[in-house]
Amino acid sequence: MIATGLLTQVALLALAIVLALATPVRYRAVLTGPVVAGIGLAGALTGWAALSGAHGSVNVPVTLPLGPVTLAPTPLGGFFMLVIGAVGSVCAVYAIGYVHGPSASKTSWVALATFLTAMQLVPASADVVSFLLAWELMAVTSTVLVLTEHADRPSVRNATLWYASMTQLSFFLLLVGFAILSAQAGSTQFVALRAAEWDSTAANVAFVSLLLGFAAKAGIVPLHVWLPRAHPEAPSHVSALMSAAMVKLGVYGAILVSTEFLVSRTTWWSVLILALGTVSAVYGILQASVASDIKRLLAFSTTENIGLMFLALGAASLLRAYETTAVADVALAACLLLVLAHAAFKTTLFLGAGSILRATGHRDLDLLGGLGSRMPLTSVTFGIGALGAAALPLTIGFVAEWVLLQALIHGAGSHNRILAITMPVAVGAVALTAGLALMTFVKAYGIAFLARPRSEGASRAQESPASMRLALVAGAALVIGLGLVPGLTADIVAVAAGLDGVGSVGLAGVDLPGVSATLDPSLLLLLGIVLALPVVAVSVRNARRRPRRNVDLAWGCGGVRVSPRMQYTATSYAEPLSRIFDDSLRPERDVIVTHSTEARYLVERIQYRQRLSDVFESRLYLPVIATIDRVGAAAKNLQNGKINFYLAYSFVAFLVVLMVVSL
Amino acid sequence: MNGGASVLALIQVLAMAVLTPLLVGLMRQVRARLEGRAGAGVLQPWRDLRKLFAKEPLRAPGISWVQAVGPVVLVVSSLVLCSLIPLVGTVAFPGLPDDLFVVVGVLLIGTVALALVGLDAGSAFGGMGSSRHMTIAALVEPTVLVSIYALSVPIGSSALSRIVDARIQAPASVAAPVSLLAMVSLAIAVIAETSRMPVDNPSTHLELTMVHEAMVLESSGRDLGWLELGSWLRLGALLGLIGTLTVPFGMAVEVAPVPVLVGMLTLAIRLAVLGAVLATVEVFLAKLRLFRVPELLAGSFVLALLAVTASYLTVTV
Repeated sequence: MIATGLLTQVALLALAIVLALATPVRYRAVLTGPVVAGIGLAGALTGWAALSGAHGSVNVPVTLPLGPVTLAPTPLGGFFMLVIGAVGSVCAVYAIGYVHGPSASKTSWVALATFLTAMQLVPASADVVSFLLAWELMAVTSTVLVLTEHADRPSVRNATLWYASMTQLSFFLLLVGFAILSAQAGSTQFVALRAAEWDSTAANVAFVSLLLGFAAKAGIVPLHVWLPRAHPEAPSHVSALMSAAMVKLGVYGAILVSTEFLVSRTTWWSVLILALGTVSAVYGILQASVASDIKRLLAFSTTENIGLMFLALGAASLLRAYETTAVADVALAACLLLVLAHAAFKTTLFLGAGSILRATGHRDLDLLGGLGSRMPLTSVTFGIGALGAAALPLTIGFVAEWVLLQALIHGAGSHNRILAITMPVAVGAVALTAGLALMTFVKAYGIAFLARPRSEGASRAQESPASMRLALVAGAALVIGLGLVPGLTADIVAVAAGLDGVGSVGLAGVDLPGVSATLDPSLLLLLGIVLALPVVAVSVRNARRRPRRNVDLAWGCGGVRVSPRMQYTATSYAEPLSRIFDDSLRPERDVIVTHSTEARYLVERIQYRQRLSDVFESRLYLPVIATIDRVGAAAKNLQNGKINFYLAYSFVAFLVVLMVVSL
Repeated sequence: MNGGASVLALIQVLAMAVLTPLLVGLMRQVRARLEGRAGAGVLQPWRDLRKLFAKEPLRAPGISWVQAVGPVVLVVSSLVLCSLIPLVGTVAFPGLPDDLFVVVGVLLIGTVALALVGLDAGSAFGGMGSSRHMTIAALVEPTVLVSIYALSVPIGSSALSRIVDARIQAPASVAAPVSLLAMVSLAIAVIAETSRMPVDNPSTHLELTMVHEAMVLESSGRDLGWLELGSWLRLGALLGLIGTLTVPFGMAVEVAPVPVLVGMLTLAIRLAVLGAVLATVEVFLAKLRLFRVPELLAGSFVLALLAVTASYLTVTV
């Protein structure tokens, strides 16, 4: 079953490549898109099979000296394959209607199909070599995809450079970490790594290296700098794939390392994961709440969500270290539920942002507005995605966050001092994150879809083609559907990570016997409907008697507001927050007042400019880049074009080699 | 669903629907008397509602369905809140616990509905109110969660009814330092969340200082009626929660006529006393500058965090 699934994926990949290369541009999307969606579907089914306990493997004999390439997904790997496959098929369907210009080229389709397959192979890998090969394939193809629109905007090249550097840094760190582990275990097979005994120094180095490598892929602060650059510049279906699926593999890697290979024995490992997660969650959502570029906002919100996943993972391993296994299980379940929730709502949101971009030509929230009436379906689906991202009840986002909070508040019950400090701080951080996320997504939805259009492009917006609408509906249905039957999701998660403390009550309820808590969102919905009935009845009766009266102008306290530019914008909406968190955001503001020539007291125009920069980027990365530049410039002196110098270099190098060998 | 719990939830919703406009009337009356005015009487909010529902709502160009749906969502979320929070009794639904996080989630649905109504008309004042409202909500949430977390530590459950049950059985725990710290920070959070002084002035006429009132400026007729009723219900439910936690006596622990009647009576007394106290304090307070509000909220968050740490210390000792 599993072998068939994996081979089907490869066969579909070959078919997709052939179709992409052979068909003319008119039919390319319609023919290739469904095949790429098929790759995702095959991956999801394979993942489902692995989750339901099927065993099977594919061995590819290669001539590499490191051993054969083995693909054999575990239940955990299967869970990630399921998530990635589902996201992949939705994005591929979306791409059929969305691609245009460079994103519809042969290269793009080939890269997209390969990227999706590579992402499925990472969690299917059962040894270090195949893991790293799939990882690198994924990194390279995604770099190609980010570069898609480089001819249109120069900023794409810059973004790709950042992305390529960070993703190769991640690969390098993983290579170091896995090399140490394989050398210690004497094998590259994951089975051997799970059973191996570790030397403590080597384990420490390997742990830090692997954790940072995976954190770089996942977009954890301070390695997140590529996210807010690459996500906005990539085509939207690629952003959705990267944000909802690819970064999750960083989380997969972190789970693999901290719960299977190097089962944490030292407290500081867990505290490190927890701290990275907490900082990322708070910093990510803070940046998102003040961002006005909608895709940058979503990219920072990804950092926030990945931060929450790391927080849950860190809490789980910390709790496990202090032998509170039942609560630790709940925390790990929260981590996986967050993965699922984020995949569902972030796909919807990024695809919705793509529809907005396609319809208006703008990503800047300050230039949008009034799209609710012009793009009703996009408005509703994006709204549902935003509810999920804000973790409001009835969505899967709420269920995930509820499970996380349950784990945290019961975690400190064992009267351990470290737990008694970390858990309350974590609850506070999660709560602050949730509050800011609420603000962020009210802003994103309210400014883009409500009120009046703030630009020409927004006023001419039209609803997207059918395939994009279908993908949006599928994404939104997952956000609500999974949220209403979380029992099913809880069961899947419990199987994936082999947890005891998490189960379901019927189809619709999550049960956490370890912390004696139950949640049944469908009852909440029922309660809401029962209480809504009289309210709606009164409203409808009243509306029939007293219909609305049309007026020419909104009241606005008597102010005659003709220009739509006088509305609140995303920037002004976030102004109080950017002022409150001035110290951590450090926005640069320019106010230029031009006076009238006749009188100094009359103001002709006021220009206001605000630039939000990333503190980590300006304090941490720019100095490093400057140093590298300086060293590079100094190295130029070596290369002066005189052949006798080059001969001298070779001679010296030869001498050095001889001396080293003779030692 | 459990029959007893459903009956109790229904009783709580009906009681709150009747009581909260009276509560608001009482608070306005207390304020008026203290300021030397005659006041409009306790029944004025009811008359206001009747007037609003007799008027037709206005539709300005560019206004969307949010203008009509938002107020209904706010009222329904407030009603759900009234049915979940233990106000009259502590009998909870078995499958749907009055879990703290669920209650906060429902509360936030109302917050979001209100904020979107504020943005919908596209007027500068509406956006301003909505922005401020969400900023305050974002900063209040940590305090609410952490303070109730502090109360939940000794019981080991985040279900409000079980917290209240434990307090009924051990009345001395109400006056414990942990409980007092947590209650103070919760009270500050509730004041901020319900737009009362010193965070927001509910009776202001100056648009630039408004928070709550700025969001509802563009609503009229039944839309405004629902918004008012929804906000009052929120205020009532949250004050009721504080009342239940500070004075948990008289709560019905089973669904029978006498305990429920006693529960309703004590609920009315608690609301009246709290409302009168809040109104009296408000007369002597000036509204804080908006950018001083975060300091107040940060202070209350620190209190809540202290409460949690202290509760672990108490448990350990």
